[in-house]
Amino acid sequence: MIPQAFDYYAPTSVTDALRLLRQHGDDAKLLAGGHSLLPIMKLRLSTPQCLIDLGRISDLRFISESDDGSLAIGAMSTYHDIKNSALVQARVPALAEAAGEVGDVQVQNKGTIGGSLAHADPAGDFPALALALNFELVTATTRSGRTIAIDRFFRDLLTTALRPNEILTEVHIPALPAGTGVSYQKLPNKASHYAVVGVAAAITVGDDGVCTEARIGVTGAGPTAVRARNTERILKGKHVDAAVIRRAAKRAGANVEDLNDDLHASAEYREHLTTVFAARAIEEALSRAG
Amino acid sequence: MIAGQVSKLIGSRVKRKEDPRLITGEGKYTDDVILPGMAFFAVLRSPYAHARINSIDTAAAAHPDVLGVMTGAEINDRCAEPFPLFAILEGMQYPERWPMAATKANYVGEPIAAVAASSRAAARDALDLIEVDYDPLPVVTDMETAADADTPVIFEEMGSNLCYEATDQAGDPDRAFAEADGVVSARLEQPRLIPNPMEPRAAVAEYERSTGNATLWVTTQNPHIERMVAAKMLGMPENKLRVIAIDVGGGFGCKINTYSESIIAIALAEHIGRPVKWAEDRTEHFVATSHGRGQAQYVEAAYKKDGTLLGMKLKIYADLGAYAQVISHVIPTLTPSLSPGVYGIRDIGWTTIGVFTNKIPYDAYRGAGRPEAAYIIERVMDLIADATGKDPVAVRRKNFIPDDAFPYETPTGMIYDSADYNAALDKALDIAGYDDLRAEQKAARKDGKLMGIGVTVTTEVCGFGPAAAMGGLGGFESATVRVDPMGKVTVLTGASPHGQGEETSFAQIVADDLGVPFEDVEIIHGDTSIVARGVGTFGSRTLVVGGTAILKANEQIKDKATRIATALLENKIEDTLDPQLVTLEDGLFSIQDMPDQYVTWAEVGSEAYDGQLLPEDEQPGLEAVSFWEPPGLTFPFSAHIAVIEIDQDTGEVSLKRYVSVDDCGTVINPTLVEGQIHGGLAQGIGQALLEQAVWDDEGQLVSGSLMDYAMPFAQEFPMFELDRTVTPSPVNPLGAKGIGEMATISATPTVANAVIDALSHLGVTHVDIPMTAERIWRVLQNHGSRRRGGRS
Repeated sequence: MIPQAFDYYAPTSVTDALRLLRQHGDDAKLLAGGHSLLPIMKLRLSTPQCLIDLGRISDLRFISESDDGSLAIGAMSTYHDIKNSALVQARVPALAEAAGEVGDVQVQNKGTIGGSLAHADPAGDFPALALALNFELVTATTRSGRTIAIDRFFRDLLTTALRPNEILTEVHIPALPAGTGVSYQKLPNKASHYAVVGVAAAITVGDDGVCTEARIGVTGAGPTAVRARNTERILKGKHVDAAVIRRAAKRAGANVEDLNDDLHASAEYREHLTTVFAARAIEEALSRAG
Repeated sequence: MIAGQVSKLIGSRVKRKEDPRLITGEGKYTDDVILPGMAFFAVLRSPYAHARINSIDTAAAAHPDVLGVMTGAEINDRCAEPFPLFAILEGMQYPERWPMAATKANYVGEPIAAVAASSRAAARDALDLIEVDYDPLPVVTDMETAADADTPVIFEEMGSNLCYEATDQAGDPDRAFAEADGVVSARLEQPRLIPNPMEPRAAVAEYERSTGNATLWVTTQNPHIERMVAAKMLGMPENKLRVIAIDVGGGFGCKINTYSESIIAIALAEHIGRPVKWAEDRTEHFVATSHGRGQAQYVEAAYKKDGTLLGMKLKIYADLGAYAQVISHVIPTLTPSLSPGVYGIRDIGWTTIGVFTNKIPYDAYRGAGRPEAAYIIERVMDLIADATGKDPVAVRRKNFIPDDAFPYETPTGMIYDSADYNAALDKALDIAGYDDLRAEQKAARKDGKLMGIGVTVTTEVCGFGPAAAMGGLGGFESATVRVDPMGKVTVLTGASPHGQGEETSFAQIVADDLGVPFEDVEIIHGDTSIVARGVGTFGSRTLVVGGTAILKANEQIKDKATRIATALLENKIEDTLDPQLVTLEDGLFSIQDMPDQYVTWAEVGSEAYDGQLLPEDEQPGLEAVSFWEPPGLTFPFSAHIAVIEIDQDTGEVSLKRYVSVDDCGTVINPTLVEGQIHGGLAQGIGQALLEQAVWDDEGQLVSGSLMDYAMPFAQEFPMFELDRTVTPSPVNPLGAKGIGEMATISATPTVANAVIDALSHLGVTHVDIPMTAERIWRVLQNHGSRRRGGRS
């Protein structure tokens, strides 16, 4: 488990990191925790000539709230930071809970929200939550930055909308409308503790008990995390009762193109699990929506 | 000291004296060894499960950091002999095995070449520069068809992939089947498992060209066997090879074998004239270190309506992998031998078929042949319970070997030393609250929930020796006990532990037996230059055989010390004394009826080396050597109960309770025993629910890392509920039985039975292990809520 030799840089500012990234181009990889990248480097499946470690950029590690109630989380905030943040616990408790379910303590101490999203592991937990919570991803390049809507972010297996010269700097979580409940439910892979299938649901219910907004993110089932739009459509505008949940959850796998079929679960079982965990996530989200 | 005697330290929870050293980083593991001028080596391994090696080009690896490259042909040429095998079975055929594949690779991971370099990274980098031209060959992965006529043959000279097919019987199984009210049958899978000790393997070798002396530091459970094998292969006399394994971080059987890397290390050290180190990483471990289990078992069992098991017929396929090693081929034969379990069945017929496949060799893994046996008989008991509509507890009791039948010879020739199965079972049922659990299960089923209760009563064979049971590896253990001039005690033991805690338990035995403080006893092991001979730690033998060897050496020490003490006391009282009147109690040698007149171990020790008062016929020194071989084997036993629930939506099994009542005879240290049980349960439960090595048709290990090979996490377990019964063994003076493997052996069928019990009202009678969520989900898909047969 010895990676090929590489150069290592640990810039302390985003500006320096961007300069290094431009300088080394395709030869460089950004290190944002390392629990995904380093193992594949040790197996020599990834052989970057240069690593730019973002871990020393203190500007990228923060959690704050704006006047409109939205949260901003620096890309290098660890799962541990998120799990223990009073702000996250108060505003989006499901996110704090999920951070405590990722991998193990070591992963939580080193793994970062930005690293997880930029790596786009098909079985990562946070991509499902990002979709349900409608994350906006703030990036920087040497020229300027942009904001990418999460719905346009995950492109394919381990592939995102990020450009080679771009660094994900911040995650913006819009304030949840009143009456919104969020839940993330998964079947953990017993070896890696990644999600065999995980479903995040954010459900908003009006005073009249009608579902006004539903965002469902599904991870683990296909090459990327996806929104279960068919499920969302069934929920919206309805009094969500057991029958509606059942009907909606049944469609949770419908938006997954190409179900994963591997050592850990067959495609058929994964499709079934999308239904099971969609129902559980919706139920719990509803119970928290009051 | 004898079993049952009141003592101070034996039976008490003395803290492990090795722990402060190990948890503060002062342990001396192989990878901790740093020698002046030491180089590192890496091993190039076959990426193919079966391939002809046309050529190897190492020219590109010529880099300033590279100190030497040896190919398979070069390493093998350096050897005088191939790997030796022990306990060759009648009619068995097997291929020669050399440290490396020179002309043909037979499994993924087989060593092809080795590179020594100035750093680990440079050695690893150089591997990528070696060019090997392979011709892939057809691959054999399925054990049940491996010996078929139309299956490609791995070793052409053998004509087939069959290692052996052994058919035998005890009693008259055909008659038993003719007399039966019914027959249950099943095909049971024992997946291959990948042992994962905390410490992967490593080797460091130093070779002195001027003398031809070599030292090998290596991760082994048995340094003396390692020395014997490595010396033989390298054509060295044993007294020119020193093997050191001070601290070894677990083994579970996978560190019994002498591996190619030990031979490569010595050969490379000789070749480059510098010491070398190799340490595998976890991923390499998966394809470089032997696996365990791996059987397909066909069982038929004849029973009477009252639940009596009359007879069994077994057909067992064992996947040996590409080669037999040490005594790996014998392990599957333990399965039929132990298949009667704790029951009085007399009529058994069996065929054991060992085959070669294009997989890494299989070898001992915690239990080695006995978990496979316990699984058969404990599944059979539940199948009979299902078929007769009786409670699994009642069926077991009906079949127990009676409590007054010990020592008991099984139809397969095992002599069970002592047992009381009813006592252990009673205790387990009581702790579990069995009747309440059954009531709870009934209620749960009414609510549509799936709850299961698994019960097993099992035994196993351990305390290995005598020599006749060991096939040429030796059945003894050695001990040297030395009292120094300060009265402190040093013990050298040949039973080199690798995590079991014998530095503590052996010191407890010595402290009690000699009456010296626990702190005054040092236990030395794991160095063949210090401990002259030994066999090692496997098969739960260390305490039983090694502990007794120490007691035997103590006897000699006490005799001589008493004679010396007598002389000292005579001098004190200025009179002659009958040595019979001098007794050793609480560490003081005193004269009967004159308790004020005594001498201490320090006085005796001092006198022994530089005294002026030694009796005329007494030579100086206070040291004794003992070799002890047990007259027979020991058979610990256990009664286990597991309670599980199944998530009907996902098929996930969760373990709710686990009751483990184990009987290992005299307990020296309850904490160490419970540690063995906790760890053993974790491994056995892991086997039932999670673990399996998965291969594709090309012979590639798909579950090739801990990201893909699932082992249990502590958080997945409830607190285990432990208790014990104590039935001393008559075959050793400690009364001890081994406990290293018992819990692993019992846990797998206990959990499997619990899961199947949860599904029995749906008509399910068997599900294979590992009982993964998807596998259970599929069973639920197939059986739905249809209710037929089975226990209600």
